[in-house]
Amino acid sequence: MNPLLFLLIIPALTMVGIVFTGDLKRVRIISAVGMSAQLLFAFLLLYWFFQLRHEGNTDPMLFVSTTTWYESFNIQLKFGIDGISMSMIILTAIVTFAGIFASWEVEYLTKEFFISLILLATGVFGFFISLDLFTLFLFYEVAVIPMYLLIGIWGTGPKEYSAMKLTLMLMGGSALLLVGLLGIYFNSAPAGGRLTFDLTEIAKTGIPVSAQMFFFPFTFVGFGILGALFPFHTWSPDGHASAPTAVSMLHAGVLMKLGGYGCFRVAMVLMPEAAHSLAWIFIILTTISVVYGAFGAIWQKDLKYINAYSSVSHCGLVLFALLMMNETATTGAFLQMISHGLMTALFFALIGMIYGRTHTRMIHEMGGLMKVIPFLSVVYVIAGLASLGLPGLSGFVAEMTIFVGSFQNNDIFHRVATIVACSSIVITAVYILRVVGILLLGPMTNDHYLELKDARWFEKISSVTLVAAIAAIGLAPLWLSNLLREPLAAILHQLIQ
Amino acid sequence: MDYSFTLLILVLPLAGFFILGLLGSRLKPDVAGIAGTTGLFIITVLSFLTAYQYFSAPNPDGEFESLEIYNVLWLTFTDQLQIHLGILLDSLSVMMLVVITSVSLMVHIYSLGYMRGEKGFQRYYAFLSLFTFSMLGLVVATNIFQMYIFWELVGVSSYLLIGFYYERPSAVAASKKAFIVTRFADLGFLIGILILSFNTSTFDFITLTSVNGPVIADPTGALFMGVSVTTWAMLLIFMGGAGKSAMFPLHIWLPDAMEGPTPVSALIHAATMVVAGVYLVARLFPIYSFSSPAALEVIMFVGSFTSLFAAVIACTQLDIKRVLAFSTLSQIGYMMVALGVSGYGDEEGLGYMASLFHLFTHAFFKALLFLGAGSVIHAVHSNLMTDMGGLRKYMPITHITFLIACLTIAGIPPLSGFFSKDEILVAAFEHNKLVFAVQWLVAGITAFYMFRLYFNIFWSRTPNFHHTPQESPLTMTVPLIILAAASIFAGWVPFHELVTSDGKALTTEFHWMIALPSVLVAVVGIAIAAVFYYRQNPRPENIAKSLSGFYTAASRKFYIDEVYLFITRQVIFQLISRPVAWFDRHVVDGTLNFIGNTTVFFSGAIKRIQSGQMQVYIWFFTSGVLLLTLVMLYLN
Repeated sequence: MNPLLFLLIIPALTMVGIVFTGDLKRVRIISAVGMSAQLLFAFLLLYWFFQLRHEGNTDPMLFVSTTTWYESFNIQLKFGIDGISMSMIILTAIVTFAGIFASWEVEYLTKEFFISLILLATGVFGFFISLDLFTLFLFYEVAVIPMYLLIGIWGTGPKEYSAMKLTLMLMGGSALLLVGLLGIYFNSAPAGGRLTFDLTEIAKTGIPVSAQMFFFPFTFVGFGILGALFPFHTWSPDGHASAPTAVSMLHAGVLMKLGGYGCFRVAMVLMPEAAHSLAWIFIILTTISVVYGAFGAIWQKDLKYINAYSSVSHCGLVLFALLMMNETATTGAFLQMISHGLMTALFFALIGMIYGRTHTRMIHEMGGLMKVIPFLSVVYVIAGLASLGLPGLSGFVAEMTIFVGSFQNNDIFHRVATIVACSSIVITAVYILRVVGILLLGPMTNDHYLELKDARWFEKISSVTLVAAIAAIGLAPLWLSNLLREPLAAILHQLIQ
Repeated sequence: MDYSFTLLILVLPLAGFFILGLLGSRLKPDVAGIAGTTGLFIITVLSFLTAYQYFSAPNPDGEFESLEIYNVLWLTFTDQLQIHLGILLDSLSVMMLVVITSVSLMVHIYSLGYMRGEKGFQRYYAFLSLFTFSMLGLVVATNIFQMYIFWELVGVSSYLLIGFYYERPSAVAASKKAFIVTRFADLGFLIGILILSFNTSTFDFITLTSVNGPVIADPTGALFMGVSVTTWAMLLIFMGGAGKSAMFPLHIWLPDAMEGPTPVSALIHAATMVVAGVYLVARLFPIYSFSSPAALEVIMFVGSFTSLFAAVIACTQLDIKRVLAFSTLSQIGYMMVALGVSGYGDEEGLGYMASLFHLFTHAFFKALLFLGAGSVIHAVHSNLMTDMGGLRKYMPITHITFLIACLTIAGIPPLSGFFSKDEILVAAFEHNKLVFAVQWLVAGITAFYMFRLYFNIFWSRTPNFHHTPQESPLTMTVPLIILAAASIFAGWVPFHELVTSDGKALTTEFHWMIALPSVLVAVVGIAIAAVFYYRQNPRPENIAKSLSGFYTAASRKFYIDEVYLFITRQVIFQLISRPVAWFDRHVVDGTLNFIGNTTVFFSGAIKRIQSGQMQVYIWFFTSGVLLLTLVMLYLN
């Protein structure tokens, strides 16, 4: 059996286990065990991956298996991974693991909450291992739909509005995407023969340029909405603000990465000519995203809004780098996805923990928290430093790879865009230090906070896992960068021709 | 020669940071302090050993070599552009190792006394270790990207140390300001690196700066806005250096940075981090000299202006640490001027040598001044010179060592400051007479404001102290004495044989024609200060009144802070961020809500059609069929 299937089986078993438990305490233990197993398995998979590569297996995709699913439309369950999907799987496993521990204290409808959360994660895992456009789209929807319930039921604030907005916008994206995917399908055999949804097959044969020019925008925008592409990003601040902690973590940490991943794997790789000629439009939009998100974050007063706008900026950088269409920048884009996924998950986890203590997310209502909850505060500072690109943490590696890569495009347009995007490193420093200054430093503003307790053990597990991952990438980035570069070099070599 | 032990110089402080940082309050303060200091002592010894080995090694062609001791691949960008982390030893980096470790050791010892009993003592030592590690990593960088990495780490350790008293709002604001201003400068540095590396396909210092190497031998002739691309790159890189070295107009963070503990000011904001900009220009000097002399001119003027500007402000400040901060700006201005007037190789390279010589001597006497000021502040619990006076009776060691430092910075022979400043003036005289005149004048102003400080602290009127000031403990006075000795004797180091632009020994002559006037102007400065401040008298008041407009402007630091406040508060916050946030809520999101609301409205309007009544459906059905039939008939 294909080992990749375990990525789906383990969460499925976990969900079954939860269904058959009555005790609420046992629900979270089962979830924790299941997702720990998933994390261990992801690392085992990484080990096997490296072992196969080490043995000289140079296939672009490893662990490939194909099962015909729906013969008449040539839909298949085709799974396989390369270095890119491998690294995204590791990211998802880490964030899910941390998310389970961050939602340790969910008491309302605990069972249903954990099932929805794990279902969401399952969708993401399925998405990353799929090599067939149809199954890919299926898992995409599996990941997006539980979001509505998770926000609508367990959220805070105007949760119905936010859940509705988020779901409708993402569904709107799905509609565009479906048009794009069907367009690809019906043009997948230009010379006659069977139409196919198979990603690798379509990449080989290629689809006619006229069709590309028509369907590329649908596909790119469809995925781009999930990747917070300006001006389709406004679901993000409201959605994150209302979502419960673990959902924000998974959503910003992992789900938004589906957008960038899809933009590259589906839109750009399958329709390279269109990507080349239309890139300039999206470069302008993403450059705006980068700066606009950062400036937007400066003015916000709610911690979650700050982080949501910061995500718009950081995810904008992902799409920006992908559109630069060279090996270095694209590697940077995926590094940034991983780095942002870990960072933002950490941020949302911490915001949830702080909110659980102070019952407010307004920065001006808090102050001097460093004194009473030093552990959480120090971790918040570390997350902030990672976000503003301090060397030794993951953000620096990703951003520098992107900037150096983008700068390799030797024309004024790309240069100007790159320099504008670079300026985000200053603006990011402004809003991060503003929050740290107001929230954590300075004198205590509220005497009630003197009795706050610092992080509990499950909160420590959650945050330390993420900090460790951020530092590991930041201190020794070469293995991850090489893991991504190797498949990207081959793909881009083909793209540029 | 085996230099593999140099790795320890980096590893020990990093290990110190992690151990002290992670164990933190679980360690006893004394244990943490002594562990940190011991680590520093070991790496100081190792640095001196490195220097001894390096400078005494036989060099057959009379030239010091550049040695790459370690160079490990850290990250790959493209096939050519790769970041390595390693250790580069040449006369410049070896000299910096000695300066940083010795000043840092003094500060570590001093802090044992100065910071005793402070909350977060362990954290303080952890941050000091982090800073020392970053600064050492910066100076031994083998390539410009490694330098950038450590450059940022230095920035963040400075942020952490300025904001050490994190419950004090002024410290929080100062640390934030320092970080953001230098970050802005680093943006220039980063873009400069991007341009330079794109054109040369390398980050490596040895390749970049070798005189016959590919970079300097065939410069890219491309022009952008009438100036060569290389010059743009070098100017942008200098912008990074100007940020860290607090050159005008990026200097505003340094005076505020005095909110940090005083030993930190001595280490970071006097002796080491703020000279990183000088080090950066010196490191890339061959490129500046051969490929972009225009950038070098800019450096000269920026340095010269800053040194005059800061010296004038220093005359009006009342906070003793701020006087020292502005004096630091002014002295770094000297170093920049010296680099700006220098050429490459032989006699031409005098300015280069003089600049680094001044960096070397300045590190000792400025650290001494700050630590002396710290000792005074420790005794009277105030930073303001109005709360001081007559302290010579209570604090003899601090008094004598402070006097030595003041004489050194004023350039009185045979103390070290005299030699290094003299070389700078000689180099300036040969290159640009105007700049020479300015620097000569600044030498006089320097002597004046330093002795204004000295007389106000140790002579003048003795105020009513709450409790009698006492001499500081041994942990504080011993570093003062050691640094005083260094300030006296550092001038006798045969610097011109060791650290030169091309690695070959330089012959220098003594120029009476320049030394005499410079000593003279210093003596005049001291004399004026003595007349004004030796005893309390109304003369300073009168002078200040007669110059009222100018005096106020200078004491308000020429309103540069207000300009920055305007840019940040009014432009960035009010004119950009606020409208962006509004636009996002009302226009972008408004459009979406409008689409949503319109959909709801129309569905509300047409939902009545689905009434469930059969008659209505049939009516619609028949009318539809009739209509379609009519349309068909008409079309046919």
